[in-house]
Amino acid sequence: MKGLDNKRYMRRKFVNGLTLSLSVGTVIFALTFLIWILWTLFSQGFSYLTLDVFTKMTPPPGSSGGLLNAIVGSLYMVFFATVIGTPVGILAGTYLSEYGKSGWLAPTTRFINDILLSAPSIVIGLFVYEVAVHSVNHFSGWAGSFALSLLVVPVVVRTTENMMSLVPSTLREAAAALGAPYWKVIVNVVYKSARTGILTGLLLAVARISGETAPLLFTALNNQFWSTDMNQPISSLAVVIFQFAMSPYEDWQHLAWAGALLITLFVLGLNILARTVFRQNQSHS
Amino acid sequence: MDTYAPSAVLNEQNIIRESISMPNSPQNKNIGATLDKLFRYTTMFFAFLVFILLFGIIITLLVGSLPALKMFGASFFTSTAWNPVTIDFGGVVPIYGTFITALIAMLIGIPVSFGIAIFITELSPNWLKRPIGVAIELLAGIPSIIYGMWGLFVFAPLFADHVQPWMNDNLGALPLIGALFQGPPMGIGMFTAGFILAIMVIPYTASVMRDVFEIVPSMLKESAYGLGSTTWEVIWNVVLPYTKIGVVGGVMLGLGRALGETMAVTFVIGNAHELSASLMMPGNTISSALANEFTEAVGDIYTSSLITLGLTLFVITFIVLSLAKLLLIRLSLREGKQS
Amino acid sequence: MSTSMSTQSLQAKISAKNMNFYYGKFHALKDINIDIPASQVTAFIGPSGCGKSTLLRTFNRMYELYPKQRVEGKILLDGKDIHSAEQDLNLLRAKVGMVFQKPTPFPMSIYDNVAFGVKLYENLSKSEMNDRVEWALQKAAIWNEVKDKLHQSGSGLSGGQQQRLCIARGVAVKPNVLLLDEPCSALDPISTARIEDLIHELKKEYTIVIVTHNMQQAARVSDYTAYMYLGELMEFDQTNTIFTRPSRKETEDYITGKFG
Repeated sequence: MKGLDNKRYMRRKFVNGLTLSLSVGTVIFALTFLIWILWTLFSQGFSYLTLDVFTKMTPPPGSSGGLLNAIVGSLYMVFFATVIGTPVGILAGTYLSEYGKSGWLAPTTRFINDILLSAPSIVIGLFVYEVAVHSVNHFSGWAGSFALSLLVVPVVVRTTENMMSLVPSTLREAAAALGAPYWKVIVNVVYKSARTGILTGLLLAVARISGETAPLLFTALNNQFWSTDMNQPISSLAVVIFQFAMSPYEDWQHLAWAGALLITLFVLGLNILARTVFRQNQSHS
Repeated sequence: MDTYAPSAVLNEQNIIRESISMPNSPQNKNIGATLDKLFRYTTMFFAFLVFILLFGIIITLLVGSLPALKMFGASFFTSTAWNPVTIDFGGVVPIYGTFITALIAMLIGIPVSFGIAIFITELSPNWLKRPIGVAIELLAGIPSIIYGMWGLFVFAPLFADHVQPWMNDNLGALPLIGALFQGPPMGIGMFTAGFILAIMVIPYTASVMRDVFEIVPSMLKESAYGLGSTTWEVIWNVVLPYTKIGVVGGVMLGLGRALGETMAVTFVIGNAHELSASLMMPGNTISSALANEFTEAVGDIYTSSLITLGLTLFVITFIVLSLAKLLLIRLSLREGKQS
Repeated sequence: MSTSMSTQSLQAKISAKNMNFYYGKFHALKDINIDIPASQVTAFIGPSGCGKSTLLRTFNRMYELYPKQRVEGKILLDGKDIHSAEQDLNLLRAKVGMVFQKPTPFPMSIYDNVAFGVKLYENLSKSEMNDRVEWALQKAAIWNEVKDKLHQSGSGLSGGQQQRLCIARGVAVKPNVLLLDEPCSALDPISTARIEDLIHELKKEYTIVIVTHNMQQAARVSDYTAYMYLGELMEFDQTNTIFTRPSRKETEDYITGKFG
């Protein structure tokens, strides 16, 4: 009896040790790829990240140049997408948090919003193509911005609702008890309390769209030349990277690596900034 | 406000209060109430906008699909043809590729995510929890186009040189599943796409799993430990059964991501409209077909066929993500009841 | 049970008449009849869940923030029905100040916290506003502690200071009535004593209603006391009477600690 128990116990201990080691292994597996990818980016992209990248236009095949028009195009589209998407997201999120306690609209919208949050961005691109490109018969920066703004909205809705729900209801009651109408309670007290959280969501949304390629492919298209006309096709860093990386020309591939490093640093930087802002706020309150 | 009952006690404060000009005319009252309503309806309007966006997408894509659906009917979903010259299109190859790459991603991604979630919730010392969590979430922050470039230029050549020959020799000879691993060592193909997708979905799935593992009441775990269970036994017999709905929800969320991911796949899948038994061969997914061909598609039927694929993708991901969401809602409802 | 309990000699500031309250289907307050005397401190006591906070929150219709809560019956403020169509909800709340269990400083400076409510209804010049803020902070006996940091965040104050800041904020809009919902439950004894002193000061000018789970506090600060149990108003009388010769057995049991 005793020997049997011991054997059984040894087996249990062995299984435990094995599975827990595998668990550690999975973490190492994931971290390996993170480091590997970042290392690749730095080793491939850093030497090509010269001043030319920021001062010259995208070159024709087989010659050197920069990414200036692509960077500026991306900044334009991301800027307008954020400007369009943020108020929509904040107001919709406000409804879900503040007025959504009864009725069918809030729970349904919350559900749909969560789906849109993970919906394939290329389908968003298709939708915008049908609505804003096909119908007017030309690609444009506005269409690209519109597509990106549709990716901003769900992120902002979600964080706005979450952050506003964290504001204690006694704070709303305290403001209402002073005779403040509810919209002033929301604007002056709830938004103020939730503003860092909402800002975090906004930064994450900007980070998300900054690296997006798929929804721009058939909305903003691309433009080899300097253009800030949002009514015309406009270049973007992500689409240029895609085009250049897939090309057989070495100059283009080098620029693609430089752009890839640039875009990753920007996106990860925003991610880290968002986290820092959020953490600082949490430790304050 | 200014018509107190005559008998009201009028102390000093009351007098001061009444002497202050208060916006108490009916007109002003209405303005206040109107602003309140206006704000409410404005937020409602934007919530409604999000609500109808979904239907807008579906209807728009449906309209765009009509020419192709009229021409091919249901056979669009059974045909493997993809010929712009003869204008004959079918969706089987990209739909198959979409499912196969997502399946590979899940087969690799689920156990890894599970392991990571276990490590963070049960094994990691406290000081390490945050850095590991942040590092895993940074994986989700890397733009998908970067995964694609890395996959094409770094991973695929290594895979072709070192892994594929081994797979060919050892797995290719196996009965039944052997055919999956045969083929020239090109590096790119369905397996590579699925593998890169796995890395991309890990942060999403792992983070849901971690969140649901954390809701397991510590008393429940302590009771199992109190009976002499090992950590693994507690995880397998207590934590996992308690959270299985949420774990499946997390898996579905990852699956939804894997099905719709575009750029990373487009780089490494090889973009071939061919059905092949081997996972080592180039293929196509819905999203990569769209990314590669949509702007160059000539003719209404070609464009419409691609839009039909897009609609199919949207419907599939919608179903998968809805299931994920419903499962997670069910878990949180159960939690709410218990607490 | 519908014993109409009144305080004969004094003018009623707030009256509830056959008032019932529901949380969804739950009948939380049953046929309440009470006249809260003007310029006095009235305390609501009773075991937790008895409805004392709920009753308090009907006086400024705070419950209306939540869709499933409703009132039946009448509540009168200065003889006027607070649920009537002419009664503007926000003006009602401006007239009836409220302080909560936990301090609720808004995420803004001390000065802006106090000025917040004033700005809603009055258009004061800068110097008038400065005077008002100082006046309110003086009233709440916190001026000396904060006068040098008016533009710092209110959340940097201690719990007791925050609660007095919230009282100052309520006082600043010059209400007639102050509703205090267990204002000391999150405070230490010293801060509690200061708030109780403050209640004594303020009662000269305001009608004060305080909910408390602390019987000694009710005895110390109030002129009248209402004992509630399971959503019913069991007994309402002068505090002295309630604590020395309650007319009901249940009240006596609760006061003497035999129950609850």
